[in-house]
Amino acid sequence: MGMQISNMFRTAALALTIAGMAACSSTSDTEEMPMETNDTAAADAAAAAARAEQQRMERERMEREREEQAALNTTVFYFDFDVAEFQPSDRETLIVHARNLASNPNRRVRLEGHADERGTREYNLALGERRANSIRDFLIVNGASRSQLETVSYGEEQPAVRGQTEAAYRQNRRVEIQPAG
Amino acid sequence: MNRRSLLVLVLTFAFSASVNAAELNIEITRGVDNPIPVAVVPFAWEGGVPLDEDIAQIIGNNLQQVGEFRALSRANMLSMPSEEREVHYRDWRILAQQYLVVGKISRVPGGQMVQVQWEFFDINRERKVLGEVLTGSISQLRDIAHEISDVVYQEITGRRGAFATKIMYISAEGDIGNMTYRLHYADYDGRRAQILLESREPIMSPAWSPDGSQIAYVSFETDLPRIYIQDLASGQRRQVTNFPGINSSPVWSPDGSKLAMVLSKDGSPDVYVLDLATDQLTQITDHPRAETEPAWTLDSRNVLFTSDRTGQPQIYQADLSGGFPERLTFDCFYCAKAQFLPDGVNMVHVRRATRQDNTYSIAILNMQTGRVITLTDTALDESPSVAPNGSMIMYGTTYNGRGVLDAVSIDGRVKFRLPSPQGDVREPSWSPYLN
Repeated sequence: MGMQISNMFRTAALALTIAGMAACSSTSDTEEMPMETNDTAAADAAAAAARAEQQRMERERMEREREEQAALNTTVFYFDFDVAEFQPSDRETLIVHARNLASNPNRRVRLEGHADERGTREYNLALGERRANSIRDFLIVNGASRSQLETVSYGEEQPAVRGQTEAAYRQNRRVEIQPAG
Repeated sequence: MNRRSLLVLVLTFAFSASVNAAELNIEITRGVDNPIPVAVVPFAWEGGVPLDEDIAQIIGNNLQQVGEFRALSRANMLSMPSEEREVHYRDWRILAQQYLVVGKISRVPGGQMVQVQWEFFDINRERKVLGEVLTGSISQLRDIAHEISDVVYQEITGRRGAFATKIMYISAEGDIGNMTYRLHYADYDGRRAQILLESREPIMSPAWSPDGSQIAYVSFETDLPRIYIQDLASGQRRQVTNFPGINSSPVWSPDGSKLAMVLSKDGSPDVYVLDLATDQLTQITDHPRAETEPAWTLDSRNVLFTSDRTGQPQIYQADLSGGFPERLTFDCFYCAKAQFLPDGVNMVHVRRATRQDNTYSIAILNMQTGRVITLTDTALDESPSVAPNGSMIMYGTTYNGRGVLDAVSIDGRVKFRLPSPQGDVREPSWSPYLN
C-alpha cells in the first residue's frame, strides 16, 4: 500500500512539472505553440490517466492476490452437527483452493475429516470421511484434479480441542487441508 | 503433517510379573438393594514367605464387583476356618451369612507349583456344596482366584461366571498434536494390564476371535485406517486390508470363519465380509450413505449394522445371502453400534432418544417385545461390549472430562467403574470365555 501511494505522488509531481513547463512556453509568440502545447498536455493527461488506470488495476490485482492468499491460508473448514456438507460461506474460499490446485498441477493435498465426540466412534469415522469427500468433490468440480487430492478420516480420534462444550465440539467438526507428499 | 513420526511397539504376549502402573481400579458406583452375603475366609498358607496375591480378597472383590453379593469384612469374622472340620455354622449364621468359602494353599514339593484346596458351604442348609483342589504355578494365584470365583458364582446364581475373562481397551494420552495411543490387554477388572500395541497414530475397534487366540483392530500407523490381525501368543501381526478409504470395524463371526468389516473403497462406507479361509470378499451393503458398525447374529448368517440412509443413524439387519436389509429401530433420533446379547433376543446399542435430549446412552431393545430399557444415564456413552455370560456390559463414557470405562448389569441395577490415573480410556472389548 505504501508503495502505491508514493507512486501516485511521484506521478502527480511529474504531471505538475509537465504542466508548469507547458505554461511557461505558452508565453511564446508562435501560433502553433499553444496548440502544440495543448496537444502535448492532452497526450500527457491521457498517459497519466492510463498510468492511473494501470495502477488501479495493479492495486486490484494485489488485493486479489492478498485475498487469494488469505483464502489459501484458510485450511480448516467447520461443519454443523451430524452434517457432511460444508457451509455455504466457505464456497468462495474453496473455489480459490480449487483454482490454485488447477494452476499448480504438481501440488497435492490431503483432506483430513474429523467429527466431534458425540455419538459412536465408527459412525463418526464414516462422518469424517463424508465431510472430507464433500470438500474433495467440490474442489474437483472447480478445477482440481482427483490425483491431487487424498482424503482420510480420523473420526473423533484427533480432536482439535478438548472439552465437552458446544464451542469445543464446533471446533472439532472439521476438515483440514494439509500438504500431501 | 502427513509424515508424522511414528512409533509402533508390539510386545509379545507373556504373563509377566510386572504390572502396568496405569492399571484400572474398580469403583462400585451402584449396587443392588439386598446383596447376597458371602464370607470368604483368608486362605491358609503354609509356605512361610507371604504370597503376592490374596486369593480370598480377590474372590470377595469379584463377587462384590458384580453387585449381587456382599463380602463379609475380615474384621467381623468370629473364626477363620481353612477346611471343613474347622467350620462352625453357628459362627456364620450369627453374622447372617448365606455362603462361606474357605481354603488353604500349600507348596508342591520341589518347584514353583502350589496346591489350592478350597471348599464352599451353604450356611442355611448347613452343608458343604463342593470342594476341590487346584494346582498351578505360584504366579497364577490370581487366575486360580478367578476360577474359584466363577464356580462360586455359578453355584449361587446358576449362571456361568465371567471372572476369568479378559478385556482389551484403547488409551490416548498426551497433549493435542502429541498423543500416544495404546492397545491394552487386562483382566476383566482392569488388573494385570499389558500393552499390546503403542502408536503415535490412533488405534480403534479392538475385537476378539471367538476362541480368544487372536485379536483384530484398526491402526492408523500408515497414516490411513487399516485392519490388522494379531496372534496373542506369538505377538505376530499382519495387515488384513489395504483398500483406498476407510478400512475399519473388524468383527469375527461367531463361528470364526469370517471377518465383517467396513470399507469405503467404492466411495462410501459399506459393510463387507471377508472369508478368512479363502480371502474372498463379499459386499453386504450397497448404499451411498454410511453403513458401518457391523455385528453378527449368533448363527453367523446375518449382520447388524448402523446406517444413516434415512438421514439419521438407525440399526438394520442384513442377510449374508442377500436381500433388502431390514430396519430394526424406529423410535430413536440416533440408534447405533448394535450387538446381540448371548440370548439372541436382546440387542444392546447406543441410543439418543430425541434430538432435544442431547445424551447418548447404552440401551437394550428386546426384539420379541419391542421393549427398550435404557441402562445408563451419563451423556456420552458408547462402545458397549458384552461379557460372554451376558451378565454385564462394559462401555466407554466421559467422567470429569476424561474417558473412563464403566460396566453395568443387563438389568441396569449394578454399575462399576474402572478409572485410570491418566489419559483417556475407551473402546472396551470383552473377551469370550477363555477356559
